[in-house]
Amino acid sequence: MLQILRPDGSLTSDPPVGIERTRELFAAMLTARRYDEKAMAIQKQGRLATYAPFRGQEAAQIGSAAALRQDDWMVATYRDAAAMWMHGYSWELLLLGRMGDERGGHPADDVPVLPPSITVGAHMLHAVGLAWAARIRSEDRVAITYFGDGATSEGDFHEAMNFGSVYRTGTVFLCQNNGYAISMPVSGQTASETLAQKAQAYGMEGLRVDGNDLFAVFSATDTAVRKARAGQGPTLIEAVTYRIGPHTSTDDPGRYRSNDEEVTWRDLDPVERVRRYLVAQGAWDAPWEAQVLAEAITDIETAVRDAESLPEADGSEIFDAMYERLTPDLARQQGDVQ
Amino acid sequence: MKTIAQSINDALRTALAERDDVVVMGEDVGRTGGVFRVTDGLLETFGPDRVIDTPVAESGIVGTAFGMAVAGLRPVVEIQFMGFSYPAYDQIISHVGRIRNRSRHRFTAPMVIRMPYGGGIGAAEHHSESTEAIYTHIPGVKVVVPSTPYDAKGLLLAAIDDPDPVIFLEPIRLYRSVKEDVPDQPIRVPIGEARVVRGGGDVTIITYGSMTRESRQAAEKLAELDVQAEIIDLRTLTPLDSDTVLASVRSTHRAVVVHEAQRTGGFGAEVIARIQEQGLYSLEAPIERVTGWDIVVPLKRTERHHLPDADRIVRAALKTLEA
Repeated sequence: MLQILRPDGSLTSDPPVGIERTRELFAAMLTARRYDEKAMAIQKQGRLATYAPFRGQEAAQIGSAAALRQDDWMVATYRDAAAMWMHGYSWELLLLGRMGDERGGHPADDVPVLPPSITVGAHMLHAVGLAWAARIRSEDRVAITYFGDGATSEGDFHEAMNFGSVYRTGTVFLCQNNGYAISMPVSGQTASETLAQKAQAYGMEGLRVDGNDLFAVFSATDTAVRKARAGQGPTLIEAVTYRIGPHTSTDDPGRYRSNDEEVTWRDLDPVERVRRYLVAQGAWDAPWEAQVLAEAITDIETAVRDAESLPEADGSEIFDAMYERLTPDLARQQGDVQ
Repeated sequence: MKTIAQSINDALRTALAERDDVVVMGEDVGRTGGVFRVTDGLLETFGPDRVIDTPVAESGIVGTAFGMAVAGLRPVVEIQFMGFSYPAYDQIISHVGRIRNRSRHRFTAPMVIRMPYGGGIGAAEHHSESTEAIYTHIPGVKVVVPSTPYDAKGLLLAAIDDPDPVIFLEPIRLYRSVKEDVPDQPIRVPIGEARVVRGGGDVTIITYGSMTRESRQAAEKLAELDVQAEIIDLRTLTPLDSDTVLASVRSTHRAVVVHEAQRTGGFGAEVIARIQEQGLYSLEAPIERVTGWDIVVPLKRTERHHLPDADRIVRAALKTLEA
């Protein structure tokens, strides 16, 4: 398993990015964590519908998204808000989606990120198709898809890995192995020793990295993205991490895992690890972090306010995006609503 | 003179030549030209980046085509038989029909999913399915079923142009049994418009796809009995052209709905519901349904007991006249 940054903040080898970039990524991780905390908090107040927290997975998401070019496609899931935000999807729209508003699924025109997939596994094929289209049109855009350990049991995982390999599409399969699919541990999901090894069956390279190590995740993704962009096909990356929080705001992890286990993983916290590194490099001080956090809080509070103050859609709008133009039937039904 | 199979080939060839965003993909569509030879010769003309032989994986075909469509290509997917489309059903109902709404128009998946459907050729199990109702129930997709070579070309070209996903059902038993003159130039038949196949004032027969032929035969038999049947070929199931159906029923006051799919929850039920909602008072008799039975499509030796034929349609039409 590739590890560059040890839990104590020391290095096993040269870091893939310089200090300034590391500080930026650390700031992004802090911001994402703040968003996650805020989202969980307002969910408890009934201001969000169900929320799926990503705490503990900040390195896996920020580190991988940081390796993309702005026009690369991203197809992610309900737990990947940090990666989506890193690639341009606004906090406001992410929140709006979780508030139960379809308008949250419409990112800005220059943000090539699909709204989060709620079904498990099917979306991996979309990333294969997106990258395949780029190749057919002689573009060098790549597509990254995020999924969890549970998704590797889905048939569409197999079909996506197979299609990607057969056609050598520029797809990066980023699996965040966070230990659990709701209550099912990875050991119940597969008899394979690792998830990365599944790549071998498809004639694909599989990389297993410490998913709580920002540098390892960035490095592996950067390698996979470069390979994809050069037309050398897809890569499966297994980022071994841990979902510190519940599956969603309705879940109770106490029913299926031990507190000891959670404590062990809390000690491997990905944010703390980068902080230790920056401290050791003399590139961190408390006022700077406080300032980063203050800016994050401002941005996120603004996003919450903007999302909550957006007037509710008119009842007739539920028909408007089924087709490019309303069909006669939908026009009649829309009339019946009003 | 062209068959439906040739006409679809012609449409695909036209689309591939007209627009460089069209790709044709599916199992065996390239080297062999498809199991029904509908894509014959396309690979040779347009090359392997645009006519793609895929692995045997229907979800994979539709799911990757979905990604291509979102990226701006216009995939025309072939599912080898309707009975093999179910592994792709999740992609269609969960993503293909939803991405426009999920993203409020930001992302769309204009694509065509072609599938041969229906029985009548004594094929193996799963090769004679007529399960259009599970597709007409899906919001965000359209379902089109041609019954003539002209409509097959015109509707397929319209489906490829359509900004929304279209399920395109091709009646297997009519692939080569119907021939007519089809213009060589591109033609478009609008999606969402039914066609009056035959005028008549005594009873309306509403049908589509494979059963259009049986309905015509029935109309000829009825004419010998001095009963003039009007036949409506729906051509598009969703969005349904209710107006044409209702206009006819209002003039004949009698209706028979014909499809080979199983009866319960079949598309005929929807047609009848609409007549009931908007045309009940013009009816002089209960509406008759002539459909397959609520059974698994029988294999070759007993298939004929399941599929409606002209005589069953005649009996149903006469029953509406007795009332």
